[in-house]
Amino acid sequence: MEPFGGGDAPQYDVVVVGAGVVGSMIARALSRYALRILLVDKASDVGEGTTKANTAIVHAGYDAKPGSLKARLNLAGNAMFDTLCAELEVDFDRCGTYVVALTDDDLRTLDDLYRRGRENGVPDMAIVPGEALRAAEPGVNASTVGALWARSGGIVDPFGLCIAAAENAVMNGTTVALDTEVTGFLREGDAPDGRIAGVITDRGVVRSRWVVIAAGLWADDLMHAAGLDGFTITPRKGEYFVLDKAAADAVRTVLFPCPTPVSKGILVTRTIHGNVMLGPNAVDVGAKDDLRTTADGLDEVLAGALGLVPSLNPRHVIRTFAGLRATGSTGDFVIEAPREAPGLVVLAGIESPGLTASPAIAEYVVDLLREEGLPLDPRADYDPRRPAPPRVAHLSPEEHAALIAQDPRYGHVVCRCETVTEGEIVAAMHRPIPARTYDALKRRTRLGSGRCQGGFDLPLVLGIMARELGVSPLELTKRGGASRLVQRGTKDVPSRGTKDVSNRGTTEVPA
Amino acid sequence: MRHMACDVLVIGSGPAGLAAAAQARRSGAGCVLVIERSPEPGGILPQCIHNGFGVRVFGSDLTGPEYAGRWAEDALAAGAEIVTDTMVLAVEPGPAAVAVGPKGGLTRITAGALVLAMGCRERPRGALAIPGSRPAGVYTAGTAQRLVNVEGYMPGSRFAILGSGDIGMIMARRLTIEGAQVVGMFEILPYISGLRRNLVQCVRDFDIPLHLCTTVTEVVGSERVEAVVTSQVDDRWRPIPGTERAWPCDTLLLSVGLIPENELSRMAGVAIDPVTGGPIVDERMATSVPGVFAAGNVVHVYDLVDDVTESALRAGRFAAAYARQGEDAPGRRVRVVAGANVHHVVPHHVHLDRLAEEAIPLQLRVREPVEEAVRAQVRAGGKVLLSRRQRYVRPSEMVTLTLEPQHATALDGVEAIEVVVVA
Repeated sequence: MEPFGGGDAPQYDVVVVGAGVVGSMIARALSRYALRILLVDKASDVGEGTTKANTAIVHAGYDAKPGSLKARLNLAGNAMFDTLCAELEVDFDRCGTYVVALTDDDLRTLDDLYRRGRENGVPDMAIVPGEALRAAEPGVNASTVGALWARSGGIVDPFGLCIAAAENAVMNGTTVALDTEVTGFLREGDAPDGRIAGVITDRGVVRSRWVVIAAGLWADDLMHAAGLDGFTITPRKGEYFVLDKAAADAVRTVLFPCPTPVSKGILVTRTIHGNVMLGPNAVDVGAKDDLRTTADGLDEVLAGALGLVPSLNPRHVIRTFAGLRATGSTGDFVIEAPREAPGLVVLAGIESPGLTASPAIAEYVVDLLREEGLPLDPRADYDPRRPAPPRVAHLSPEEHAALIAQDPRYGHVVCRCETVTEGEIVAAMHRPIPARTYDALKRRTRLGSGRCQGGFDLPLVLGIMARELGVSPLELTKRGGASRLVQRGTKDVPSRGTKDVSNRGTTEVPA
Repeated sequence: MRHMACDVLVIGSGPAGLAAAAQARRSGAGCVLVIERSPEPGGILPQCIHNGFGVRVFGSDLTGPEYAGRWAEDALAAGAEIVTDTMVLAVEPGPAAVAVGPKGGLTRITAGALVLAMGCRERPRGALAIPGSRPAGVYTAGTAQRLVNVEGYMPGSRFAILGSGDIGMIMARRLTIEGAQVVGMFEILPYISGLRRNLVQCVRDFDIPLHLCTTVTEVVGSERVEAVVTSQVDDRWRPIPGTERAWPCDTLLLSVGLIPENELSRMAGVAIDPVTGGPIVDERMATSVPGVFAAGNVVHVYDLVDDVTESALRAGRFAAAYARQGEDAPGRRVRVVAGANVHHVVPHHVHLDRLAEEAIPLQLRVREPVEEAVRAQVRAGGKVLLSRRQRYVRPSEMVTLTLEPQHATALDGVEAIEVVVVA
């Protein structure tokens, strides 16, 4: 359905602004009901904000202040993950997490965390002696004196979860509009204080009964555009290392240091894909697109991680990245239908444990809309399941052989480090949310995520993408916008007279 | 899953795999299979359209595709079979391999002997942890080479090149010819890491500005690379504050090292030398796993294809012998140890009975360049066995010392021989 440029009647019941994991979960939860739902995002794919760059932990829930929305939704969200990830066929491992105490002071912190966890209702926690942790995690610092173990903590594929939720929403009737930036709001009767009646985007206006802002880092900007002042978001950067699977022996679960007032600290974690991840630090930055890593930041992360697991080998690093936490000015999640802007639901300050809380946040928003009078009639044909496309690396030889018999492209390995086939790439480009960029393929298939970081696959993938999208490779991008992968054909030199084959530089002769 | 059997199975049809297969056939192996993941044989050579291949092996100056073509024809003429579009997913001791392709599906291949010839891969940006943003337009030099020479696309128009490996220098020339500008080549070391001939023919002849003791300290650009920031480094490779300089460009190429590709070798249980990143081998190119041999860049990264070919001829010959006779009993062996100013030496072991019969080349790389005459020596039991004068030594240029049969007697009772480069 073309969402833009309709008449005066509302085209949608709910527009969800922001297709990160929170927005996608909300769209999925609302798609249980007979509603017309539009999920919009300014990026070229779902999950392009904080969702794609975080620590990928399902938190147990001992960090948040008792009584806060964060604490409540963390606990509720955590409890939903087994069913959620089974329905959506998303990789999730409730491997348990540890907070590591290296000093006696740290032990007191563990006691505080334990008490807070009990107050929050966290199940299955224990403070274990250093020997117990060293037995479970042989790589941990030998001076460990104890640890807080939380059985309910785990690791998940955060982009996979977001993509699956958004796909499931689409399968249940939700419309998704990507590359669409919301710049303002429609008001009933065009009155400045009228009820919110839709959104203004860079691709046209969309009329809707309700608008849900789930815009992560940009939530405050949209709140201000809706006339809601006061709340601000400070981007708080976290930098990370990803280590080769060859480093997988370094950690079996998740090792947190004792937390500081601004963050849970630099941790060492196994990822659901079998890598090891180190990070994040926490640095407030000025710009919401400042995803730069810095030499100082990376040094800080490495030093922190080595404090927990001294045997980590920096030679195993295959990738560094940075993400931004949407740190709100109130310290807690804000999820409300403000009186000053009827028709609007605002979600803001959804920083950690936002990923864990996301399915519970979605239910909270459903309840909020119901209380606000949105009729919610269950759809008879709602299906909570999202069958995942096949991942060759996870198949038995028999299953793989059977798949090749159906479609020989599953026998053509395009990414050797992660064993990704042409069949998987093609499938990802024809899903309910089709991958249209290299990064979108990477998040869905693991392509280019291994130790060679795409060096081998990229030229092959360009050909497959161009064929499937029916465009020239010149139009393909890494992640939309101006992020083009190649610039021109080799012989398409702009003709400007005689070509001067010279770089006009001076060669500094080696000594 | 299909099952196949052969006498010698070769993984990879680059110069190493093709020469190993041809030689295995000529050394008496019955069925020799080469598994290649690409649609054409040749490994990386089809994208290496520059010349300089085969000067020693063929006595003529060939391009990469020509060199690959000659060896592919030779392997086929010798009776080897090349299976393209097929990727080996796993290797087991035994030896056996599981391969997959769109036509053949999954196939388990048992072999009398196996030759690992998977080559090497490039170090990516992530391995260097270069700070900054992560826009489009950061490529390894080899990826860019493939885009330009095979796919026919220019990845950008203004290039900065980090590192001075051979592919980086060759691409600096190639991109210039294709109408791009190379704003600079930046090398953290005080000397280039590739061959002298490439410095002359690719960098100097094409006016590529080369900046030594300089590295890229930030990548700038939100969607596409907009600039790189470089810094000079001190003698411990740390950026010197205040030396930052921004270079507007749309592409950063990385030519910062090659890593032997040994994931399959590890699966087979082959012992890996942490210094070379490749299998520990003896003079037969036999690895620690019986019946598993290794050839070419999978062992250590060579600078000349001729040396790759020669290592593969040995591997092919002895793989055929192993397939025919099973484990032979080559007798006592001595260790080969890297000494003063030697980064590594291949092979790691030499069998004395073989040395008594034939010359065995030892190939070494130095740690530090010396731009004056030095001696490369093989020492054993406190004696200098072999000494050769070198006008200079550079880490980028491999040195070969050949042990002759007459040295065998001098090694009686010796545990290890040491290779050194001294004034």
